[in-house]
Amino acid sequence: MANLVLELKNIAKEYYGNRVLKGVSLQVRPGTIHALVGENGAGKSTLMNVLFGMGVIRDTGGYQGDVVLEGKVVRFGSPDDAMQAGIGMVHQEFMLIPGFAVAENIKLNREPTKPSILSRVFGKKLELVDRDRCGADARIALDRVGLSIDEWAPVAGLPVGHMQFIEIAREVDKQNVRLLIFDEPTAVLTETEATQLLQVMKALAGKGLGILFITHRLDEVLEVADDITVLRDGEVVAQLDPKRTTVVHIAELMVGRPAAVAHSGVREGAKAGTPALEVRDLAVRMPGERVESVSFELRKGEILGVAGLAGHGKIGIANGLMGLFPATGKVLKDGRPLALNDPRAAIQSRLAFVSEDRRGVGILPDESIELNIALTAIEAQGRFLHPGPLEPFRLLNGRLVRRHAREMIRALDIRCTGPKQHVRRLSGGNQQKVCLARAMALEPDTLMVSEPTRGIDVGAKERVLELLRQLNRDRGLSLLVTSSELAELRAVCDRIAVVYRGKIEAILAPDASDADFGLAMSGELHSGVSHG
Amino acid sequence: MAETPTAVTARDVSGDERVPFSTAIREWVAEIGIPRLLIFIFLVVLLATAVITRMDLASLLTDSLVRAGRNGILVLALLPAVQGGVGLNFGLPLGIVCGLVGCVIALNGGVVGWPWLVAAMGISVVLAIPVGWAYGWLLNRTRGQEMMVGTYLGFAIVSGMSIFWLAAPFTNPTLVWAIGGHGLRTTLTLSGAFDKLLDHLWSFQVFGVTVPTGTLVVFAAACALVGIFFRTRLGIAISAARSNPRFARAAGISDARTRVQATVLTTVLAAIGIVIFSQSYGFVQLYTAPLLMAFPAVACLLIGGASVTRATLTHVVVGTLLFQSILTVALPVTSQVVQGDISETARLIIQNGMILYALTRRGDKA
Repeated sequence: MANLVLELKNIAKEYYGNRVLKGVSLQVRPGTIHALVGENGAGKSTLMNVLFGMGVIRDTGGYQGDVVLEGKVVRFGSPDDAMQAGIGMVHQEFMLIPGFAVAENIKLNREPTKPSILSRVFGKKLELVDRDRCGADARIALDRVGLSIDEWAPVAGLPVGHMQFIEIAREVDKQNVRLLIFDEPTAVLTETEATQLLQVMKALAGKGLGILFITHRLDEVLEVADDITVLRDGEVVAQLDPKRTTVVHIAELMVGRPAAVAHSGVREGAKAGTPALEVRDLAVRMPGERVESVSFELRKGEILGVAGLAGHGKIGIANGLMGLFPATGKVLKDGRPLALNDPRAAIQSRLAFVSEDRRGVGILPDESIELNIALTAIEAQGRFLHPGPLEPFRLLNGRLVRRHAREMIRALDIRCTGPKQHVRRLSGGNQQKVCLARAMALEPDTLMVSEPTRGIDVGAKERVLELLRQLNRDRGLSLLVTSSELAELRAVCDRIAVVYRGKIEAILAPDASDADFGLAMSGELHSGVSHG
Repeated sequence: MAETPTAVTARDVSGDERVPFSTAIREWVAEIGIPRLLIFIFLVVLLATAVITRMDLASLLTDSLVRAGRNGILVLALLPAVQGGVGLNFGLPLGIVCGLVGCVIALNGGVVGWPWLVAAMGISVVLAIPVGWAYGWLLNRTRGQEMMVGTYLGFAIVSGMSIFWLAAPFTNPTLVWAIGGHGLRTTLTLSGAFDKLLDHLWSFQVFGVTVPTGTLVVFAAACALVGIFFRTRLGIAISAARSNPRFARAAGISDARTRVQATVLTTVLAAIGIVIFSQSYGFVQLYTAPLLMAFPAVACLLIGGASVTRATLTHVVVGTLLFQSILTVALPVTSQVVQGDISETARLIIQNGMILYALTRRGDKA
């Protein structure tokens, strides 16, 4: 065994009986870049949380397996321990203080100091910060990452690309750093900045650091990595040599998994008629999402899937159409213009939405199932109310709500003790059915469902998917299904739109090859775009 | 063993778990809350002492009922604020001041008896609506600090109104200072025609306890109206927006609007509450009297079991009865036992301790 910077041995982790890491092993050699690639939910962040001793891991029962840092088995109690031991992390979100200067950010809490009058009396804590050495150190670190800005400029107002490099400079400046982790560092960078970053990474590796590089961008992987580990569903599916592999091959390994259900084939009915929804140049401002100019048509009676990697905008589309986040663009519902930024208008035009954020947007956890189901219809459409002269003061028709809830519980097979049960007590799958029931109570003709099976156990997943198919078949609903799980989109959709960097990269048939999907998701399917 | 203890019912039930007896008790205690239990035990001890020392239990109970009825609507006024997501309304004095203005205008016009009560309430409500709206607007601009803002706004308004009481052109000689001829007196007596109008209405005696029926009926009716309101479309929107603002937005409800609506309601109820309070008390108290009125009301609601984010009618009724009974019973009982007055001390400890306790548990069961 050569001396390794980091070795992970059989790391396994369970969240509430859900196995998210199933014995992951990988090795990082000093002076090399090890790329870790995988879809959302493949287990990359959990692996990093394990490595960094994050509280979530401990609170949910710890992990199995060993983390070996430079030959010693370590078990970090907190991220602080990990940093002490020589692991540096370049975060996806910036951890910088805007009001402080670049140098101050780089040296924060590690400032070189010199004695002062106070420190002679009260001890080392009150020594003065040595600003000259601070600046000099920062300058060296900034030069190492190739950033030429003034080290005393305030961080606030700098372009995001610069902030990313300051983050890296801070990690580089730490004297004891042995291993640097880059968590999707290029996600927010422009093309040239990304190239520059890759060069910096190479230079750092050349000085003997071990680098763990987490990314979605496969071309970058091939460019800089010395080793590649592909993670899928919490397992290492392949460890590759970048010299002997291709982007297409990695893409296949990333997404390729046997579809849960065989697809029923494109149906004839879905092709005719005017579109249910026409979207032109939709842009949505949603934090962490990027919807810049999305155009597509949702045909009447079809199930259109939306796929794409996290942050590229797939989630933002439905949220924008529903008016939950500020949106611009032109949207026609059944040929008539739909007012954006107005959830009530969207509901009244018979559009309904089941949010990806079930706990945040989808349910009222401490209210009954029956009220959860009826509430949106009560407020947006004035249904389930006794007649009365004053619209806002109409009284709830409890019997109607109860009867409707019972019907829905039966139709969607919601497992519960009765319509009065609080939704918090239900399992994830049943909560999702309540969300679907709530959307159905609006009697929509077009339904948008985001991440229909997120956080649901395997058995329930299939039932929820079947429910979507059933709604489409029996009630003729047009569906827009957004999901991070390509397999489930392939199982239910007639067509799948792949989003990349805020635009529709391609619309593919569900039986298109894994490679095509992988390429489309990383923006490299330049030829053969099939607008099927 | 004749029966199998694990018999499964035919119904498809997943959340129905059976719990051992000890856990059941623990859950029951958790449900009621330790502070509420302690206060209840304290009350029982007080009452027992009263019986042992042969005090007039009937008059103690009468006083408890009177005080509960008197303060009830002021406690109820807090409910819409909690349900609307603006927390405990420490700005209650805003509504109270509106109610006082209503009382004084009606008195100044020389109205007596029932017409006075109706006029006072009517004027109060008309004033409280715009005041509540403005208060709600302010709370929307200071989100997350509603209770702090409410407290200081209440203090500011009460002080500002002190100038108003002094300067306002009221002329009725029974209201203004006898010497000098203008500026309202600190306490206006309602004796004679308007004093205890509702307390005496349909009042009757059982076992020596006089029941202030009218006031209790009005309190009950107000509770019922608020209860019904929260079953209307508007009421449901208000509590949904509190429970989950993002859910509400997805249903086309603007939580900025529902918060204002809830604030208007709490202010209007506070205005009505002080009118009921004044008729039962027999005096209209001006100047700094409303300064601290929010605190006992908040304590009542919390002792009833409410939290900063959730309150029900049961919390209002139980809390009012418990807290007001303690206040009534503690004074005579403790002076009997310890030869001194510790009831005011006890009141402050319970009242402020309860508020402190609730704030530390903020969001616990949200």
